[in-house]
Amino acid sequence: MSTVFGAINAALDAVVTAIFSGLGLLVPAVYAAQPFWIRALIALAAIGVAGWMFRKIGQVLSKNRPYFRDMTFGVAYGFAFAVWALGATAHLFFIVENPFFRWAIQLLIVFAIAAFLFRLLGRGVGTTGSRKLFRGMPLTAAFGILIILIYAFVAIFAAAIAPYGQEQVLANANIVPGGNPATGGDPAYPLGTDQIGRDILSRLIFGAQNTVGIAFVTTCLAFFLGGSLGFLAATLGGWLDQLLSRIVDALMAIPALIFALLLMTIATAYAQGERTQVTLYMILIIAVIDSTRVFRLSRAVGQSIVVMDYIEAARLRGEGLGYLVFREMLPNAYAPLLAEFGLRFCFVFLTIASLSFLGVGIQPPFADWGTMVRDLSQFINFAAFAPNVAVTPLLAAGAIALLTVAVNFVVDWMLHRSSGLKE
Amino acid sequence: MSQLLRIRDLKIEGRSDETWVPIINGVDLDLDRGQVLGLIGESGAGKSTIGLAAMGFVRDGIRISNGTVEFDGTDLVKASASQKRALLGKRIAYVAQSAAASFNPAHKLIDQHIEAPTQHNVQNRKDSIEDGIDLYRRLRLPDPDQIGFRYPHQVSGGQLQRAMTAMAMSCRPDLIIFDEPTTALDVTTQIEVLAAIRKIVDDFGTAAIYITHDLAVVAQMADKIKVLLKGNEVEEAETHQMLSHPKEEYTKSLWAVRGFERPAKPAVQTSATPVIRVDHVTAAYGDVKVLHDVSFDMHEGRTVAVVGESGSGKSTAARCITGLLPPLSGQILLDGARLAPSYKTRDKMQLRQVQMIYQMADTALNPRKTIGEIIGRPVQFYMGLSGTELRRRIEDLLAEIELEPSQFIDRLPSELSGGQKQRIGIARALAAEPKFIICDEVTSALDQLVAEGILKLLAKLQDELKLTYMFITHDLATVKAIADEVVVMKDGEVVEHGPKADMFTPPHHPYTDLLLSSVPEMDPDWLTNLLAERGVDNIGDAAVDKM
Repeated sequence: MSTVFGAINAALDAVVTAIFSGLGLLVPAVYAAQPFWIRALIALAAIGVAGWMFRKIGQVLSKNRPYFRDMTFGVAYGFAFAVWALGATAHLFFIVENPFFRWAIQLLIVFAIAAFLFRLLGRGVGTTGSRKLFRGMPLTAAFGILIILIYAFVAIFAAAIAPYGQEQVLANANIVPGGNPATGGDPAYPLGTDQIGRDILSRLIFGAQNTVGIAFVTTCLAFFLGGSLGFLAATLGGWLDQLLSRIVDALMAIPALIFALLLMTIATAYAQGERTQVTLYMILIIAVIDSTRVFRLSRAVGQSIVVMDYIEAARLRGEGLGYLVFREMLPNAYAPLLAEFGLRFCFVFLTIASLSFLGVGIQPPFADWGTMVRDLSQFINFAAFAPNVAVTPLLAAGAIALLTVAVNFVVDWMLHRSSGLKE
Repeated sequence: MSQLLRIRDLKIEGRSDETWVPIINGVDLDLDRGQVLGLIGESGAGKSTIGLAAMGFVRDGIRISNGTVEFDGTDLVKASASQKRALLGKRIAYVAQSAAASFNPAHKLIDQHIEAPTQHNVQNRKDSIEDGIDLYRRLRLPDPDQIGFRYPHQVSGGQLQRAMTAMAMSCRPDLIIFDEPTTALDVTTQIEVLAAIRKIVDDFGTAAIYITHDLAVVAQMADKIKVLLKGNEVEEAETHQMLSHPKEEYTKSLWAVRGFERPAKPAVQTSATPVIRVDHVTAAYGDVKVLHDVSFDMHEGRTVAVVGESGSGKSTAARCITGLLPPLSGQILLDGARLAPSYKTRDKMQLRQVQMIYQMADTALNPRKTIGEIIGRPVQFYMGLSGTELRRRIEDLLAEIELEPSQFIDRLPSELSGGQKQRIGIARALAAEPKFIICDEVTSALDQLVAEGILKLLAKLQDELKLTYMFITHDLATVKAIADEVVVMKDGEVVEHGPKADMFTPPHHPYTDLLLSSVPEMDPDWLTNLLAERGVDNIGDAAVDKM
């Protein structure tokens, strides 16, 4: 893989350097001497001129085709800006060679290719239904599904995949990631070890199990609580609706993280250091706090469904509450609830990571991404001169970010699909 | 007269499932200055699409694939955005179907009115406000000096529609496109708007394209009529010619719709127990009383039409009968036995006897359930059938409403047309095997041909199953077609009650008279004669005041 990138880099480097040095001759030295904000203004104006010229040239060359003729200046500016952004990316990538930026771009390309191949696979293999699903899927959604599948696989088979145990303390501490002995790495620990000598790769893998697993259970619980109460409030209305809504208002008035912190401190004292019990309390506390948001949503969705004539028809038929809620209302609320599930899952996940970061979440020695970020956070200071070392805390943070982005991609796609179906 | 608009071989396509599907297949259209053209057809015929294309505009996901739209020598299909901008609003104006949805609720009427003249530099702000007030006066809006300074929600629907016509007139355009401007209005309000539109079009010699599905309305407005069917022109002729001698079969079938009329049944014996008796019912929403001491009977096998404008309490009466709105006083009797005021305390057999068919089939059928599930549920719930017995019953019901069972049983409501959905609504009511069915404006959302099919089906079912219908409607043509008895309601009270024959022969209550005379007739001179007869310009409001 690295040789392929090396070859591409070398080839493109030559071309881009040539272009940039050619442009460099045109830029007067006065410009380079200006403060940043003046250079930024000049650059924006230059992009504007380029956009205007682009449109004019387009009009002349295409003999006034409607596309160029009716193009607004905003669109023309956007084209010029996109060209500039591409140039800036190439500059950062090939000239400045910022390592983090290079990694980000390379990862982006790898993921895009992986998502494309995954979608191609989905289109060719499977039942007619699943093929049709993949055919209308945007690349972002394919990427999201691929990442979620990988995470799920890793979380389920953590014990089999991880090279070492999550609590196992190895002989060597503070090994730099990369596996290259020349830069302080060790091929036996590709992502290095932490301060007390635990393998970071193994801890990341077990962290998936703990963090993602607990987040999933918590979200399900929050949805069960908030969803059923919300629909009940919407269907029955009256004093029950008032009572539940006011309780939820009161709970929502307290900032979620601070409230969770407070309750967790109490729960930790109550559990007297029993680790599994603390985790159990954490699940319950986050579920209750997050269920308030779910309650609000399902009540609002429920209220818009409950006024429909088909609900009135079912009521006049003499149907019971259970039939009304689960058979008539719930199928019509799937789309918004599912979308909210995706988002809520991310929030729960981030709350757990935050609580662990603050020290009241998942208790050591269990691996958890939030705790890992906290434990290794001081290494971020090495970013300027030893990028390899600074990567250590970013690995766990990146794992969190990647899953969040992936889930949101899938949620966006589902929302789009459900709204498209309604039209 | 010189030619103003000239459309040649217009083809329009719409995007559906990644391919372009033709919507309009080569329509020609000519319009002279000062001429009014009526465009009629069922929904989906492409009326509105042609109307918008006459302004060089198409909705999202639609494209003009061929043809020219020449307005006064400019081809609007090829014209640039700035060329069109100079014409639209100034020389071509548009009046939308729902004025309530088309006005911006955040701005006063006059501010929206003067936007076009000031934008196009026709008039300065002060002059255009004065001109706007003048137009409001010409359109007989009440209190023309002040009404423009109100917000859209402070003005009634009919007045809004007139204000919108005034707005379209603000630049004295050469062409106005009216897209079903009176479809959403009551008959009495409709007349005001029709009279106003006709007056102003005559006053300024404006050409107009009048889009509607109501033949009687178009007969009043248009100099010539063009009939459309599925994106094709069926025929075009001068109005009198078209009404008296339609050439094509399709046009004749449109004209014949209004001919359906079921013979009235013999009078009931007064001694018979009515299926439903509404006995001195008074009802209110919160503190607002909407029904005042309402009483009427409905006898077995008969159709009672309840008519009145919106807000007259027709639907509230139905809600009291079903038990959705427990009355403040009075009672509902089913076969002589008192029904509990709320549906919650009625037993299953009582609920079964009273069924309802809704106006909007879209919201009356659960979009996530198949037709089989929707119709099967009452059968399962009341009769306890399951398995093959249930399936056979569903198939029987579908056959009864004239839909092929094997084709429809597994489909979702979204895959059905409006008329088919309404039939499913009827089947769901029948599935409970009721005695009494409330039909709440069941045909008002449907095209005339489809509506007639529904009415015929209802009549057939009544004869077979001895059903009793309470038929809520504001359309007197429907009353004429299906009712045995008529209840006329106004402001929550019954103003007239009797057999259909009595209702349609004078003398009647002045309000009934107003309702009856407001129903447009196919005679092109009807509106002119009516205006002369009533002797007032502002017929709607003034006539009500005179009572």
